[in-house]
Amino acid sequence: MSTNKRAWNRAVVNQALKEAVIKLNPKTMIQNPIMFVVEVGFLVTLFLVFMPTAFGNTVSFGFNIAVALILLFTLLFANFAEALAEGRGKAQADSLKKTKQEITANRLVGLDVVKVPSTDLRKGDIVVVSQGEMIPGDGEVIKGLASVDESAITGESAPVLKEAGGDFSSVTGGTRVISDQIEVRITSDPGESFLDRMISLVEGAKRQKTPNEIALNTVLVSLTLIFLVVVVTLPFFADYLNIQLEVPVLIALLVCLIPTTIGGLLSAIGIAGMDRVTQFNVLAMSGKAVEASGDINTIILDKTGTITYGNRMASDFIAVGTHTSQEVGYWAALSSVQDDTPEGRSVLELMKKLNYSYEPAVIRDGTFMEFKAETRMSGVDLQDGRKIRKGAVDAVKQWVLSQGGEIPANLDPNSDAIASAGGTPLAVAVDHTIYGLIYLKDTVKPGMRERFDQMRKMGIKTIMCTGDNPLTAATIAKEAGVDDFIAESKPEDKIAVIRREQAEGKLVAMTGDGTNDAPALAQADVGIAMNSGTIAAKEAANMIDLDSDPSKIIEVVSIGKQLLMTRGALTTFSIANDIAKYFAIIPAMFMLAIPELEALNIMKLHSPMSAILSALIFNAVIIPILIPLAMKGVAYKPMSSSQLLRRNLLVYGLGGIIVPFAGIKLIDLFVQFWA
Amino acid sequence: MTTMAWISVALLLLIACLLARPTGHYIAHAFSNERTGLDRWFGPLENLIYRLCGIRQENQSWKQYAMSVVLSNTLMILIVYTIFRIQGMLPLNPSGVASMEPSLAFNTAISFMTNTNLQHYSGETGLSYLSQMIGIVFMMFVAPASLLSVAIAFIRGLAGKPLGNFFVDLVRGITRILLPIAFVAALVFVALGVPQTLEPTAVVKTVEGATQEIARGPVGSFLAIKELGNNGGGFFGVNSAHPFENPGAISNMLQMLLMLLLPTSLPFTYGIMVGNKKQGRVLFVSMAMMFLLFLGISIASEQAGNPALHALGVNQMQGSMEGKEVRFGLAQSAMYSVVTTASETGAVNNMHDTLTPLGGLITIANMMLNTVFGGVGAGFLNVLMYAMIAVFLSGLMVGRTPEFLGKKIEGREMKLIAVTMLIHPFLILIPTAIALFTNADTISNAGFHGLTQVMYEYTSSAANNGSGFEGLGDATSFWNLTTGIVMYLGRFCSVITMLAVAGSLAAKKPVPETSGTFRTDNALFAGVFLVAVLIVGALTFFPALVLGPIAEQLTLLS
Repeated sequence: MSTNKRAWNRAVVNQALKEAVIKLNPKTMIQNPIMFVVEVGFLVTLFLVFMPTAFGNTVSFGFNIAVALILLFTLLFANFAEALAEGRGKAQADSLKKTKQEITANRLVGLDVVKVPSTDLRKGDIVVVSQGEMIPGDGEVIKGLASVDESAITGESAPVLKEAGGDFSSVTGGTRVISDQIEVRITSDPGESFLDRMISLVEGAKRQKTPNEIALNTVLVSLTLIFLVVVVTLPFFADYLNIQLEVPVLIALLVCLIPTTIGGLLSAIGIAGMDRVTQFNVLAMSGKAVEASGDINTIILDKTGTITYGNRMASDFIAVGTHTSQEVGYWAALSSVQDDTPEGRSVLELMKKLNYSYEPAVIRDGTFMEFKAETRMSGVDLQDGRKIRKGAVDAVKQWVLSQGGEIPANLDPNSDAIASAGGTPLAVAVDHTIYGLIYLKDTVKPGMRERFDQMRKMGIKTIMCTGDNPLTAATIAKEAGVDDFIAESKPEDKIAVIRREQAEGKLVAMTGDGTNDAPALAQADVGIAMNSGTIAAKEAANMIDLDSDPSKIIEVVSIGKQLLMTRGALTTFSIANDIAKYFAIIPAMFMLAIPELEALNIMKLHSPMSAILSALIFNAVIIPILIPLAMKGVAYKPMSSSQLLRRNLLVYGLGGIIVPFAGIKLIDLFVQFWA
Repeated sequence: MTTMAWISVALLLLIACLLARPTGHYIAHAFSNERTGLDRWFGPLENLIYRLCGIRQENQSWKQYAMSVVLSNTLMILIVYTIFRIQGMLPLNPSGVASMEPSLAFNTAISFMTNTNLQHYSGETGLSYLSQMIGIVFMMFVAPASLLSVAIAFIRGLAGKPLGNFFVDLVRGITRILLPIAFVAALVFVALGVPQTLEPTAVVKTVEGATQEIARGPVGSFLAIKELGNNGGGFFGVNSAHPFENPGAISNMLQMLLMLLLPTSLPFTYGIMVGNKKQGRVLFVSMAMMFLLFLGISIASEQAGNPALHALGVNQMQGSMEGKEVRFGLAQSAMYSVVTTASETGAVNNMHDTLTPLGGLITIANMMLNTVFGGVGAGFLNVLMYAMIAVFLSGLMVGRTPEFLGKKIEGREMKLIAVTMLIHPFLILIPTAIALFTNADTISNAGFHGLTQVMYEYTSSAANNGSGFEGLGDATSFWNLTTGIVMYLGRFCSVITMLAVAGSLAAKKPVPETSGTFRTDNALFAGVFLVAVLIVGALTFFPALVLGPIAEQLTLLS
């Protein structure tokens, strides 16, 4: 998916150009009432090109052709915008479809393996997948352990470990096993798999208009109706004054007034908004969910993995018995030189920070002992026979005692103190001597504090959920800068919090991966499941993060807001544009009959014809000019709503008033040579 | 303009401002669902009315409320129509006024029930005293009280409370607000020289020996509710330009204060009822700014005089005094025109037909926007509609589903608002086009001014203002029927749609306010609201205005 991030590639553009013409079909156009009015206007002027005097008009043939052409281009530009937005999704869908080729599955029947095509697999079937084979369908690992390459779906090339039981048991059809062998119970029927859903999502095949889009569309249609009445009644007004108004001029006025800019870009904005979420490797199950994420008031985040790294960073050396912390550090460092785990690396970093020194040469030719679940220790056996160990306190105690060593009296109190503060103690020992403890502390990921500050500015409350005791939880909460926390939380606590917040009228978002998160994910207004998580979690959520990065929820909120803002900004721009268009067209319409109206021609446009054509051309070309903005969305930086509004009003409101004055004048400077 | 004139303008604005807040508080109190001290004073009378009419004091759904408003008002139209049709045969007709013809009775009954008071008849000779009192004065109380009730119900919905009961609100609006104030005002008017009598038209011999008929009647009581209820219908044909209906400068000022009293105080009522006084203050200040802007333009334009007359050598130092009463002067006349159109009253103390084109434009613009305070209740409903449009667009621009007072504005509300938005332009532009096309011969002026006359007539009807630009031969059945329909639709369509919005908002769970919420109680929102009103209004009516007053003004200048 991320391989396809180049949106403007030639194939997509070519396809969009073709689509733009196909979409001229009135049956398609009527879906968008605003552009349908433009199309009717185009057909009427086209008719006038061939029958110039049908409505008793006297305008020149050239003017009729010019209006008809500009209207045609207005339509094409709007269609092109929509097609382009759709095209990006289609291109992605195509590459996904390639993944979805026929796979031969090894179905397990009794104890025998039968080869069947993957399309014959049904829910509940069990298949065996070995190294190098594709997983034939979505399912759950019921036996074995394997690393799986999921790049076809997530774009992430590093393989992930899947094993039976627990939260990492779900596998997706179309991904490849690259080591070992697993047995998978299929959980979806053909056509309903994750890949199928993903394809239909990015294709936009089932795209429904979102509530906000519908609301905005109603307002735009209402404005269109008002302008329709304004323009239709105008000839009667003029007739009373014995002024004859030309039909193509009236059509030009109508098209300029109705909000074609936003009308032409509205669906492109919606599609592109969904697409931005997808580009971000998050699959939104509906546009409604993306919109809702912009409205989120409260976000519930798990502590471990989302806000902190977990208890894996050395933050202190605590000596026991008669030893010093320098000594503890010295031995801890030696045992960690070859240790590649985060704990090991953090010990060396802490040494640097504390300015403690050690001699790496001591361990030359020593044997490194990796951490093993059975021993729960790691360390080095030195050449001179000394053995250094660091690990879980009770494991180290056992090890020391077994060598006849003694346990210092202040070991247990110190290790208990660390544990009760929410940290994890690691004991450091050399042969039969325990030197002290490494205080492994839960560390907040860098940049979280700033993010939570941003959220606060956006008016979003963050709640941290953790299994830690209240004291530890409070410490981390303070350090990370979250607004609230729930300590010693159980899965049902999350639902309780969500319900409580929702009862206050708030919209709640949360991330989760475990099966026991599923009810909470379903209860939340925006639930983001990790792709690495269980199938239950993924089904309950309305978004799935393919990168399994829980902190992404913050960006999803921004995208949701950006989607609404883009609509608002372009609507305001579109309506503000009308002022300049009035000052171009109204004097032009009546200047011949009422010369005094020249006073309203404040842009000093060359002639009535050039004024009308210039306004109409501006109205058309502004659509392609704004396509990049509609696709990318307006720039969004977290700030308070008042600041945001002031900024957007200035740019799109005031800009919307000024830009067309300049634009129409500029176009007129060219058009005046012909009209 | 003289210093005195400036002082009189400033003084009036100051008093109006000072009165608005306490009156607003009083109205909120009067309509409070909780027991208040007012119950002790008004309770016995109100309970008697409830018992007599069989009114049960139960909350209504939005549909019941809307149906109650529309059906009861329509029923009253039918009753009053019947009275007009047979007034010649009914008692209390000392001057022997004949019965009304059907289309005129249709128009007049709707006109008064919709708070428009567009008068296609001449007051002193067209109606019997019975018609004046039972038909007209009765409706002059019920019409403003009806829409005041609707506005209150709407505000209750916004505040998330039940909408209330229309009949209880209607009774309270009359007993607690309109009657007491009108009673005091009537006494003051009588003291200022306005007649109050049931005697027939006086016939006197003039010094030259000719006989003159002097129309009179219960003018004082009529005048008080005419201004207070934003009704505007004159007892006399020339309305408040008649010396019996507006004897002097003091009565003139008092009339303007009464016109402004309820429309300016409703924003404060709203602030209290939704529990955030700033919300109300913001809307008041926004409307006051539009009012001041329009007043400034109007006075400046009238003061500049008529360049065509100036070219003929007529001194225009006094400004354009054509059609204005010398006893009021330019400032008090121009201001009266702005006040009467801003408050959708429709009373006149000068002829709007002879305002300078720009001055005339301001009066039409007031009615087209219908948000520069606007008539009792109806105007404020319109203001809230524009506020919701402003909220919708601003909400989008800050990236949230728009919220107004903690209520999400979603598809259903926007659909209803989008329909409401259509009503006013449709009711003005379409009938104007039809009239210009089919009835050009009844227009006394050709050209731009004639176009303005017609547009004014329908704008005045749609906005339930009721003042006329005059000069139209508008006593024909075409004008009677079309303006009657426009008045009726202009009044009741938005009552239904806006109450539907209120019902839908009331049922919503309020969203708590955060720093991400777009605030509607600060200067920024006032700005957005003003721009929304002015841009939507200007875009809708600009072409029509260009062909009317703007072209006329530009032609005069050149």
